[in-house]
Amino acid sequence: MHIVVCIKQVPDSAQIRVHPVSNTIMRQGVPAIVNPYDLFALEEALRLKDRYGGRVTVLCMGPSQADAALRKALSFGADEAILLSDRAFAGSDTLATSYALAAAIQRIHVDMPVDLVFAGKQTIDGDTAQVGPGIAKRLNLQLLTYVSKIDALDLDRKEIVIHRRAEGGVQVLKTRLPCLVTVLEGINEMRFATMDDMFRAARHPLEVWDKVAAGIEDLSKIGLKGSPTVVAKVFAPHPKARKAERIEVHGDAPKDLVATLLTKLFTHHPQLEREIAARLA
Amino acid sequence: MTEVPTKRPATGRRKVELDPRLAAYKGVWVFIEHERGTTHPVSWELLGEARKLADQLGAEVGAVVLGEPGNAIREACHETFRYGADICYLIEDPVLASYRNEPYTVGLTHLVDKFKPEILLLGATTLGRDLGGSIATTLATGLTADCTELTIDPENRSLAATRPTFGGSLLCTIQTLNYRPQMATVRPRVMHMPERGSPRSGRLIEETLGVIEESIITKVLEYIPDEQQDQAQLAYADIIVSGGRGLKRPENFQLIWDLAKVLGAEVGATRPLIQAGWVSADRQVGQTGKTVRPKLYIAAGISGAIQHRVGMESSDVIIAINEDPNAQIFDFATYGIVGNAMQILPALTDAFRIYGATARRAG
Repeated sequence: MHIVVCIKQVPDSAQIRVHPVSNTIMRQGVPAIVNPYDLFALEEALRLKDRYGGRVTVLCMGPSQADAALRKALSFGADEAILLSDRAFAGSDTLATSYALAAAIQRIHVDMPVDLVFAGKQTIDGDTAQVGPGIAKRLNLQLLTYVSKIDALDLDRKEIVIHRRAEGGVQVLKTRLPCLVTVLEGINEMRFATMDDMFRAARHPLEVWDKVAAGIEDLSKIGLKGSPTVVAKVFAPHPKARKAERIEVHGDAPKDLVATLLTKLFTHHPQLEREIAARLA
Repeated sequence: MTEVPTKRPATGRRKVELDPRLAAYKGVWVFIEHERGTTHPVSWELLGEARKLADQLGAEVGAVVLGEPGNAIREACHETFRYGADICYLIEDPVLASYRNEPYTVGLTHLVDKFKPEILLLGATTLGRDLGGSIATTLATGLTADCTELTIDPENRSLAATRPTFGGSLLCTIQTLNYRPQMATVRPRVMHMPERGSPRSGRLIEETLGVIEESIITKVLEYIPDEQQDQAQLAYADIIVSGGRGLKRPENFQLIWDLAKVLGAEVGATRPLIQAGWVSADRQVGQTGKTVRPKLYIAAGISGAIQHRVGMESSDVIIAINEDPNAQIFDFATYGIVGNAMQILPALTDAFRIYGATARRAG
């Protein structure tokens, strides 16, 4: 069994702040991390490897410093790591990104047939969830997104059964391998990497593929040229100017604070009071 | 993802002469999400937006309905006219009964290729994002995800789609200038629910799918509805009680459940709590979780950072409880209590319980 896991190195968007004067992103000091959703995908692949044997190859498209993300993946137990990196990829939107990654996976497949492609449901910087579906389409793989559970895997019959989150319920889907799976957070709990694993990962040779090594011939499909979407402008959100009315009482006893709050709430929002009264009845 | 430049836009605003092939694309379409006999409300929200965009363009609104044959789907078509569609494109086929990527992609691609809309909108649900990503790649066109605002750029008549980026820290406006259709997904509850107009007539165009079950590789073995499991129904909840890191320990989250129970409310949480495993992911409110517009949102121990804020700031009334008097949440909440959530929450629960008892006695 051979699983390719697509990962991305991203800035930790929870720590991103916007400079109050220049309205630009303050990147200094914001750590680069492996996209958290991709870690769930990696762990899921490693669990399948534990169970069925085989290999896990991690693929990452990014600048040279993205090698740190690949080393992290190796330390958890991935067997091979490939960094897809080329100046020509700069400015790629999701269409151009899926083109490059699909080409690389195709090349990987030639060397060692790929049974499954895993990815996280989306990235925390782009938040589009579009690259996984794009890769599946380009490689003609069945697409299974928002997977919350891998129910069964039959490598001989080349079949997989999964649970997929839908609105209002869960679909239980069966499909044929090879296919592409994007996983939901919480599908598993990440294992720990030992110090030995981390040392081994640091010494592991990383493959770096440029566009030629990835077998990309049509340069009009990558980078800015291959990106139908363009960013017209970037700006800081305009916060609504509505400061909260502070509930303060002498003594600050919770009971009194709450009583004052409810009085104000019901006085100024009679419809809300009726709504709440109906629920409490 | 689109590289977000931090200093200047990657391209200036340019007047673009639309390629004549692309100028043939007309109309603003909405993919109507219809499954198991019901239509997801985001479909109506999008029809409302489509109407506004189409009016600016002098174009028609098209609703696309795919699903299994029956009364329910025909009803859905009539509903699209009530919500503003001029044309309803219908493909009904038994293989479309439950969403699967393959037949839906074939159906929607066929309609787009034949009727050529300039704009195609889908709800950013698991279905819409799955389908949208496939369609955009099949058609080799631009797709902008999770848009919070859609307008028409008067200079070039193209769609300007604004969306949060970097988890909500910044907004960016994205355009698809030289490709059609221009695609966008929008989350439920981000746009207003339009008025459901009186019944009106529209044009119904029916097409066939041309795909047989035997050729479809993915099979649906079962559908397990959420009522059978403990799942949140946050998006359309009227009252939500939500907790953040200020609650300090997982045991304290029980206070949120207690208050929610008394109010018959849904329970939400911020991303860090989901990542720490305090509650299930379907309860996340925020930029990468759910957008909610309840009548009342109670936020306990939540700082109000932008990533959470964008998911709930459209709530009618927001009550914020936080120990930190400088917490950002006090900048946009309706009422604020500076205090210890672990004391305020139980006091609120008691107060509502007593109020409820009083209200019942008063009859």
